[in-house]
Amino acid sequence: MTTDTTTPAGAAPGTAAGPAPVTGAATALETLTIAKAINRALADELAADEKVLLMGEDIGSLGGVYRVTEGLKARFGADRVVDSPLAESGIIGTSIGLALRGYRPVAEIQFDGFVFPGFNQITTQLAKMHARTRGAATVPVTIRIPYGGGIGSIEHHSESPEALFAHTAGLRVITPSNAHDAYWMTRQGIRSQDPVIIFEPKRRYWLKGEVDVSADGHRGVSAFQAQVVRQGTDATIAAWGPLVPVALAAANAAAEDGRSIEVIDLRSLSPVDFDALQASVEKTGRMVVTHEAPTFGGLGGEIAARLMERSFLHLEAPILRVGGFHLPYPPSRVEEQYLPDLDRILDAVDRTFAY
Amino acid sequence: MHHTPTSPAPATELPEGAVRLLDADGTLHEDARFTPYLADLTEDTLQRMYRLMSTERRVDQEGTSLQRQGQLALWVPAVGQEGAQAGALTALREDDWIFPTYREHLFALGRGVTPGQLLALFRGVAHAGWAAEDHRMQPYTLVLAAQALHATGYAWGISRDQAGWDAERRLAEGQVVLACYGDGASSEGDIHESMVFAASYDLPVVFFCQNNQWAISVPAATQTRVPLARRAAGYGFEGVTVDGNDPLAMHAVTAWAAEQARTGSGPVLVEAHTFRGGAHTTADDPTKYRTRAEEEAWAAVDPLARLEAHLRATGAAGPDPDRFFADVAAEGEELARRTREAVLAMTGDTVAPLDTVFETVYAESHPLVAEELAWHRQWQAGFADTEAEGDRS
Ligand SMILES: Cc1ncc(C[n+]2csc(CCOP(=O)(O)OP(=O)(O)O)c2C)c(N)n1
Ligand SMILES: [Mg+2]
Repeated sequence: MTTDTTTPAGAAPGTAAGPAPVTGAATALETLTIAKAINRALADELAADEKVLLMGEDIGSLGGVYRVTEGLKARFGADRVVDSPLAESGIIGTSIGLALRGYRPVAEIQFDGFVFPGFNQITTQLAKMHARTRGAATVPVTIRIPYGGGIGSIEHHSESPEALFAHTAGLRVITPSNAHDAYWMTRQGIRSQDPVIIFEPKRRYWLKGEVDVSADGHRGVSAFQAQVVRQGTDATIAAWGPLVPVALAAANAAAEDGRSIEVIDLRSLSPVDFDALQASVEKTGRMVVTHEAPTFGGLGGEIAARLMERSFLHLEAPILRVGGFHLPYPPSRVEEQYLPDLDRILDAVDRTFAY
Repeated sequence: MHHTPTSPAPATELPEGAVRLLDADGTLHEDARFTPYLADLTEDTLQRMYRLMSTERRVDQEGTSLQRQGQLALWVPAVGQEGAQAGALTALREDDWIFPTYREHLFALGRGVTPGQLLALFRGVAHAGWAAEDHRMQPYTLVLAAQALHATGYAWGISRDQAGWDAERRLAEGQVVLACYGDGASSEGDIHESMVFAASYDLPVVFFCQNNQWAISVPAATQTRVPLARRAAGYGFEGVTVDGNDPLAMHAVTAWAAEQARTGSGPVLVEAHTFRGGAHTTADDPTKYRTRAEEEAWAAVDPLARLEAHLRATGAAGPDPDRFFADVAAEGEELARRTREAVLAMTGDTVAPLDTVFETVYAESHPLVAEELAWHRQWQAGFADTEAEGDRS
């Protein structure tokens, strides 16, 4: 498996490498991998609220196939860190019932490609429960899903199904790209009164960064907001999850050609922070949106369409998309050709300047 | 074993080992295991049972009429299943929870849901007509079997809340959850997963399968080779098939099952062997797939007639049985009148506007929904202005 522990070179303050230093505030910075940051967030929520419980396949003694829940069963007990039966619909469906009873379940789906046995419960039940009861029932269920490719794995272990969930009204969908965000977005996701799906960029689980774990270490940033992770003036690259470091690397490469590229980490895919995207594209006039999920029907299309409606007269070029092909995720020996990479992103940036 | 999925639906005869306490003519049998669970059946409860069955049937007929008159989008008749539901409901405690499908009208009315609240779904004015907490009954669920997992999760929550309780306290104060499903839904994976979870964690769930012999046009034989209650054994808990048209047997077995679940022995499956006397819904045409003879055979073992015979034979209908049955019939008429009135009143301004859906899709603010709601309100206001102009001219 590829482990990517490097920090993109030349990243500006407040980047995928970690939070911007805030002078004057009490900070408690710890260097953690994304996986450890999520582990820490889960532990802190388990400790803070006795109604929080984790469930999933192999999350107890093993600590999850990615060890994200390592040590939590030993610390909080098998009743709160539950090795569930091997049944995704059961995991989500019983989480809904637990939430109706006042619990706050955090369910782990082992891999992106295995969420589909639970898709019915997520889309027809979990997403609709609050509206169908006219607000009487809240179902604060959190679903953690490791997602994305680039890990050299076998079929069904590398997918990016985020658009299917963002398309469904009633769900919130977030995806961190660095350790600090992973910590805070996980905590904020669990605390949301709505169902939240957290897509965890599995190929970045070992990416290290500084995490401010002090009480107000989130610095007022909501999990449902985008962040400008690199300032620029000539074009914007919008990315999320695993591609944020790639977008930053592309921006750095473009800087060598004298282009100033702004990078936005969307962080939230429902809601999408269109205001942040609009502000950026109206400043730069050019945008490339990139995601690992197939381009067709992907969120890049939605972003391009909305920004065309909002910012048409500010655009110097069409908003371009760099995503996966309209293919099943390919065998890993050829996944490099499938995944958006630095060159494909830079090529799209170049094309926005060719108008 | 040769299996023909297209074989005719099982007849009115009960599968081997099924529990029947009350014969079609109203005679009561002794059963060593289940008769003790009739001990709490006072004259009042028996009368209540009959009243629920009879008045629900009248509301049910009104539902069909209202649909035929174009006042409901759809109606789902429960005729023929009143005995199964009345027996089970009276065996539960008021604070036990019910997770229904879409045909548990007697449960709803028996738990104090008004006819208007019950029919709001079918009138197209709300997805959930009543507040679950007020009746300890969740809204109807139309995605088959999904609710069984919610019931199981809810029972898991109960079990957590009751951690450390001794048997005595569980028996006195413990809650159980009734997870409803049908013979057709029994084939859904969510039923299987519910039973796995409920068994693994000894959850206080009573699985309540109303085997009404049909899943729209498909006979129960296509879903299963064996009585559905036998499936429980594969999960390691008990399952009992009951004559679903025998309200007393349904009461006794459900009371026993609830006691098992309540005291911490984990789930139990109760299968009511009954019959869907009417169409699947008002959109259905049963003449395409079942015979008149089958319908008549089941009509001859109607649960209402059976309970009436029992009440008359035992004096449980009071000193003047004719008077009792006439009073109940009059109550049914009154409830039907209120049903019609409530349905017809659900119109115009009394219907919650689309704004309500915008306002409740998320519990916390969501900018996209807020933006679309603002647009929607402005658009609607445009029509109001036009209408006002029209009024002036
Ligand atoms: C998941 C799902 N598939 C299909 C349907 C359409 N449908 C509605 S009721 C029904 C038959 C259900 O039969 P059963 O479970 O026996 O319940 P009954 O209607 O007889 O009470 C079908 C196929 C549905 N509502 N949900
Ligand atoms: Mg049926």
